[in-house]
Amino acid sequence: MVHGEAWTIKEFFTYPNEYIYWTIQIVMYPFMTGLVAGAFVLSSLYHVFGVKQLKGIARFSLVFSFALLPVAMLPLLMHLQQPLRGIEVMMTPHFTSAIAAFGIVFSTYGMIVASELWFVFRKHFVETALALKRVEGRTALQQGQYVLFSVLTLGAWDVSHEALEADERAVKKLAAAGIPVACFLHGYAGFIFGSVKANALWMTPLMPVIFICSAVVSGIALCILTYILTMEIRKQLARRHRLAHPELPSMEELKSAEAHVVAMTSRYLLMFMVAAITLELLDLIFRGYTAVKSWDILRSVIYERDFVNIFVIQYGLGNLVPFVLFMIPGLTIRRAAVGTMLVLVGVFMMRWNVVIGGQAFSSSFSGFMHYVLPIWPDSMETLKEGFFGAMIVAVVPFCIFYVLNKVMPVFKETH
Amino acid sequence: MISRRSFCKKSLLIAGGLAIPLSCLELFDPKRLLAEKDQKGPRWVFLVDTRKCVGCGFCVKGCKVENEVPYDANVTRTWVERYVVTNDGKTHIDSPKGARDGFPNKGIDIGHGKLEEIKDDDIDKAFFVPKLCNQCDNPPCVQVCPVGATYQTADGVVLVDRSWCIGCGYCIMGCPYGVRFFHPVFHVAEKCNFCYHRITKGMQTACVDSCAFGARRVGNLRDPEDPVTKVIMTERVNVLKEEYGTKPQVFYLGLSKEVK
Repeated sequence: MVHGEAWTIKEFFTYPNEYIYWTIQIVMYPFMTGLVAGAFVLSSLYHVFGVKQLKGIARFSLVFSFALLPVAMLPLLMHLQQPLRGIEVMMTPHFTSAIAAFGIVFSTYGMIVASELWFVFRKHFVETALALKRVEGRTALQQGQYVLFSVLTLGAWDVSHEALEADERAVKKLAAAGIPVACFLHGYAGFIFGSVKANALWMTPLMPVIFICSAVVSGIALCILTYILTMEIRKQLARRHRLAHPELPSMEELKSAEAHVVAMTSRYLLMFMVAAITLELLDLIFRGYTAVKSWDILRSVIYERDFVNIFVIQYGLGNLVPFVLFMIPGLTIRRAAVGTMLVLVGVFMMRWNVVIGGQAFSSSFSGFMHYVLPIWPDSMETLKEGFFGAMIVAVVPFCIFYVLNKVMPVFKETH
Repeated sequence: MISRRSFCKKSLLIAGGLAIPLSCLELFDPKRLLAEKDQKGPRWVFLVDTRKCVGCGFCVKGCKVENEVPYDANVTRTWVERYVVTNDGKTHIDSPKGARDGFPNKGIDIGHGKLEEIKDDDIDKAFFVPKLCNQCDNPPCVQVCPVGATYQTADGVVLVDRSWCIGCGYCIMGCPYGVRFFHPVFHVAEKCNFCYHRITKGMQTACVDSCAFGARRVGNLRDPEDPVTKVIMTERVNVLKEEYGTKPQVFYLGLSKEVK
């Protein structure tokens, strides 16, 4: 069977070679990269612009951004027909292609986040290594930890006040340099679509900007949601451990810290949401107003075939409802959790409607293609580019975050 | 013992020192310079006479056999479209299996295995249009390929390196003509290459050889005596989707406005 035939249903006249070639993995790709960029921008708000109220979530989102980073590459790899040759994008980039920028932007961004994390957690590495050094008769595990943390210090053992202040300055500079790179990382993901002149839905210079705005929205939303969930787990753990360790923060302390951070962060979420929706609607209105040759088929896709996906799920459930939820005064944690979940659904649907919607009509402008998401895999292809493939991509960052948190504890006060 | 600072300094110096002579080698590659100077080779073009095509589909069959595109796979390097314009101004188009078996049914294939019957009296005009890669002068597929696996030769033909393509599908998305697809066996991007292995040896393409009606012809635009060049220069020819700025090099005689 030809690639794409398993999940494409054709209607009326489409060219014989046309299938839905970019599937759910290509929906996951901008979604995951968006989360990376958004989480980083959120952490930078504290590090660069000194928004003190976001201190609690800044380090959390920085580590989370790092955990998401390798996952931005995963869907691309799973989607390639020749995954073993994927590395060629980094080794022999062809610079007229937007995808070729990936290697450079991705590694630059990765290095910035990694160095920023190092400066943030250097004191922790040194202290942990020193503490382990003092332990007499280390177990194998402790010895392993000792080696790991000693290596992580990279030989910089100085934790004097001046050295830590120098660290702070470095973090600030790196965070400032990271913002344009994070935006570029996601902007070029939008550019990959926006520059495809053969596709009437994608072809707009607004695409990179729309992608950046919704990326920040999704990144902030995911950070809030994960923050709430982790705090919830911590509260439960605190309740259990507090009898043995009275120095741990109490339930009430954790609760008020959480409410404060969530309220503050959701204000920034709202700000970026307004920008994202405005741009998307502007694009839609502009297309209708100018009504070029492709508008006839675009209109039938947007207003008829994909009406539920676009207007009901994306704009209604994913934008309007959370907007109202956040605007009602007295934001509660539970309401924020529901709101952010809906925002994430909305941003995912935006990606879906762009990627799948863009392939829903033929280049002949005379036919349609419908994508049927493969659920139960019956071949490697339907596994990779079906529901389970997407689930793998969605779960991996949380696993990485769990491991990273063991080395770089996001909730421990280090400075 | 070497200090960290001097280690970093020295490694940068060595890396930089190595990079300079390597880049010089690239700059003065004599073969490449010669190739860039040589502008006298052919520029392959294609001429399709839609008035002569009868929709038999022999060209599609011939192409599949010649170019190792699995016979039963629902993809093809070239295909034929049938256009039926009715009295009410509507255009009905189809190309069942790329017209590999011609058009065995009178009804128009509208997908889902359904056929739309059109009465003879309602038909205003009807014709066939063969399609293939346009071997654009400004090929978007070459532009978007992230690893340079799709490239353009000096004689204008766009080729795909099967050993280098990573299978991302960006070229498939970038082509406004829908001529590209994934090869079901090699799992890399595939397209018509004007039978490059044949034309460079002075032969005709497989589809030209299979066409019994002379609807397809291949020629060299840089040769003023080439019969195809003469037609392109002197008659009213048209190209497909000129608005995309791809500068297609497949020219059509008798193209109708309904052709998509």
